[in-house]
Amino acid sequence: MMDTSSASPSAILPISLDAPRLIPHQPLVTVKGLVKHYGRIRAVDQVDLEVYPGEVLGIVGESGSGKSTVLRLLNLQEPADAGEYHLNIPQVSPRNLLELDRFQKREIRTLHIGVVYQHPHLGLRMYYTSSGNVAERLLVTGERTFSVLRRAARESLAASEFPADRIDDPPAVLSGGMQQRVQLAKAIALKPALLLLDEPTTGLDVSIQATVLDTLKHLQRETNITTILVSHDLGVIRTLADRVMVMQHGRVVETGLTDQILEDPQAAYTQQLVYAKL
Amino acid sequence: MSLKDLTAQASAAQGYSYAYLDLFAKRELRRRILKAIAIPGCQIPYASRELPIARGWGTGGLQVTLSLVGPESVVKVIDQGADDSVNAANLRRFIARMSGAETTTDTLKATIIQSRHRIPEERLKEGQALVLQVPDPEPLRSVEANMAKAREMHADTDYGQMWLTLYEQLVRYKQYIQGASYPVMVHKRYVMSPSPIPRWDNPALHQAQHLTLLSAGREKRLYAVPPYTNVYPLEFSDVPFEVEDQTGRVCVRTGAQNKFMNELPQADGSSLFELSDTGYADKLVAHDPPGATYYDDQGNFYHDGYLKRQP
Amino acid sequence: MPLLEVTGYTKVFHIHHLNREIAVFESLDFTLNVGEFLLVTGPNGIGKSTLLRCLYRSYRPSAGRALYHSLQGQVDLARAADVDVSVLRHEEIGFVTQFLRPRPRVSALELVAEPVFDQGEAEASAKAEAMLLEFGLKTDLWHAYPATFSGGEQQKVNLARALIRPRRLLLLDEPTASLDTATRESLANRLADLKAQGVAMIGVFHHPEDVAHLIDEEIRLSLSQVSLNGDYSNVVE
Repeated sequence: MMDTSSASPSAILPISLDAPRLIPHQPLVTVKGLVKHYGRIRAVDQVDLEVYPGEVLGIVGESGSGKSTVLRLLNLQEPADAGEYHLNIPQVSPRNLLELDRFQKREIRTLHIGVVYQHPHLGLRMYYTSSGNVAERLLVTGERTFSVLRRAARESLAASEFPADRIDDPPAVLSGGMQQRVQLAKAIALKPALLLLDEPTTGLDVSIQATVLDTLKHLQRETNITTILVSHDLGVIRTLADRVMVMQHGRVVETGLTDQILEDPQAAYTQQLVYAKL
Repeated sequence: MSLKDLTAQASAAQGYSYAYLDLFAKRELRRRILKAIAIPGCQIPYASRELPIARGWGTGGLQVTLSLVGPESVVKVIDQGADDSVNAANLRRFIARMSGAETTTDTLKATIIQSRHRIPEERLKEGQALVLQVPDPEPLRSVEANMAKAREMHADTDYGQMWLTLYEQLVRYKQYIQGASYPVMVHKRYVMSPSPIPRWDNPALHQAQHLTLLSAGREKRLYAVPPYTNVYPLEFSDVPFEVEDQTGRVCVRTGAQNKFMNELPQADGSSLFELSDTGYADKLVAHDPPGATYYDDQGNFYHDGYLKRQP
Repeated sequence: MPLLEVTGYTKVFHIHHLNREIAVFESLDFTLNVGEFLLVTGPNGIGKSTLLRCLYRSYRPSAGRALYHSLQGQVDLARAADVDVSVLRHEEIGFVTQFLRPRPRVSALELVAEPVFDQGEAEASAKAEAMLLEFGLKTDLWHAYPATFSGGEQQKVNLARALIRPRRLLLLDEPTASLDTATRESLANRLADLKAQGVAMIGVFHHPEDVAHLIDEEIRLSLSQVSLNGDYSNVVE
């Protein structure tokens, strides 16, 4: 996994790692050979990844690295050109999720995956109530009792540390940080197995970033939800991620424990990224 | 004058087809109607023909009626419940001239009833066809303006956004705000707009003995509710659908109660009420025994338990 | 009984943009038994911290083995999978640094309770309070945000957080650096208790006299004239 283009003749490669032995679980998410082209551009080029139950995997890279594309593919909202994607939960088909039809993909996306986008308008209906945005997740699965919808929305928004007296405000009148909390509440409403976060705090005011990150950490700790977090911000990655995958030009450059990637980056590109942190 | 005389007087080359529409139009319409009956509540596109009346005046309903009518048919046409409205009269005369069929104002005698925005108070039976005029067949129009996406939603039974709209109404207004055209779920599969009939008439579609056909000429879609089909309004289990409250309203013409009334505002600000269904009102005035009605004189709907709140 | 057997342990940093290699230590060998205290000494900048971090896998060792006898069997820490290292860090191996990483709007108590949160919030809170009491953090600071604390106060939070969960192996990197004498004593007592319970330790201490009574072995890293690519490497004495 290390860049071997170093000119030094006695360059020592890092020791290659064994397969997992101690961890008692199987990975929740397994991805092999993921590929996505846009015309001639290889946005995602043979990406493999595994995420274990309860883990937070950070995907870090600059613009154009393919990290957001990977997230969209894992959210089954775009077809992939090649690859395998498996979610290891009993209710989900053992088949490659990338090969399911539109209807099946939608069902998986609804029931088992929650997503928070960088731009709230991608994930929310800005002019419906915030509680309605959350309730919609239950409505789509057939919940038809109004009081149940109200309670579920209230609980989900409370878990996202959203103020109880504003649950019926539409996202359009909320601040950026609050909008992200609504997205988060919506994402966890059905208690999915997998949470996908795409730059969840990018663009927010710094003080708000801190509180939203805090909420995310708190939530992750309480629910132990398996999470894949995409960010270009190493501070966010350090706060939330257990392991990190570094991407450049659609490829995986390096994967490792968060502190190891940030303190002892092995690959040239990773070193570049880490040293550039102000 | 009969059709024969009519066409004899005009030049031979001007001869009208039976029921105005040509063979192929009638055949296509009947096939589309059969398909609609086979898939209850599903909107079926059809090639809507030009007629001597403008779009928006009942061309959809008229095409269905013209494709069904025969010399033995008995046709009733109403508009907001009234046989004598100008539009209803106009359509009735046209249908009669083009088909030679008999016309009536008696709901029980008609084999085809074409209606704009109402279902008659007397229960229709097997063998009768109710043809409703529809301005906008798409119940999802308010939540999804894009027709292609709306079609996908119907195909996937993806009505989440429709339900979300109802949720929003309850949060904002504490009630369902849709009056006429209240959306219904047909045969547990398709959400359908029942045309702008008042809420009062929605229950009449459920497990009915008659066939209901709905057609939109301008939008070029028709759909159907076959007899004995389940039709339920979209409602939350703990916030029931309610029909318009007719308590205290007495028809000035007939003294009838607990039927759908037209409101007649008076000069002093008060209101008088009269039965919207003129055919039914005429029977009461003439002391002719009317047929069994959907709502009895106490306002109870004839299918027990269907309406969760009764007077 | 051996807990950790390190053989041929080597660390070289590769700085790609400078096209340079910096060797830190080479071919280290040592064994740590259960309940033993190993002190790492040497001049500043020699790589004592680096050694600890390599063992903890914050750094990737370049060569050699670090065979750890975990409760689930032998694991070579140098080549174990990342997720396996996570499991060991959670359950068996702890790292005590000299710097706290406070997070905005997280109180001292919450930071300390975090590692044992899986035991339930009430339980974790109670344990955290006990730890903070032991290390002598003023009670009115417990619900405050550590970012504004003094170095010593931050370190108390750091220690409490690092030691709240029972471990079999503790790596201590200058844990007493900002502490006053009283607190250093408190820490030394705690370490003595842990040692008595069978916890093995490898530590770098600014004031080694604080823990002199606990030391079983010493590793001394020093410069030698043997170089690797023009840089100096370190050998064990």
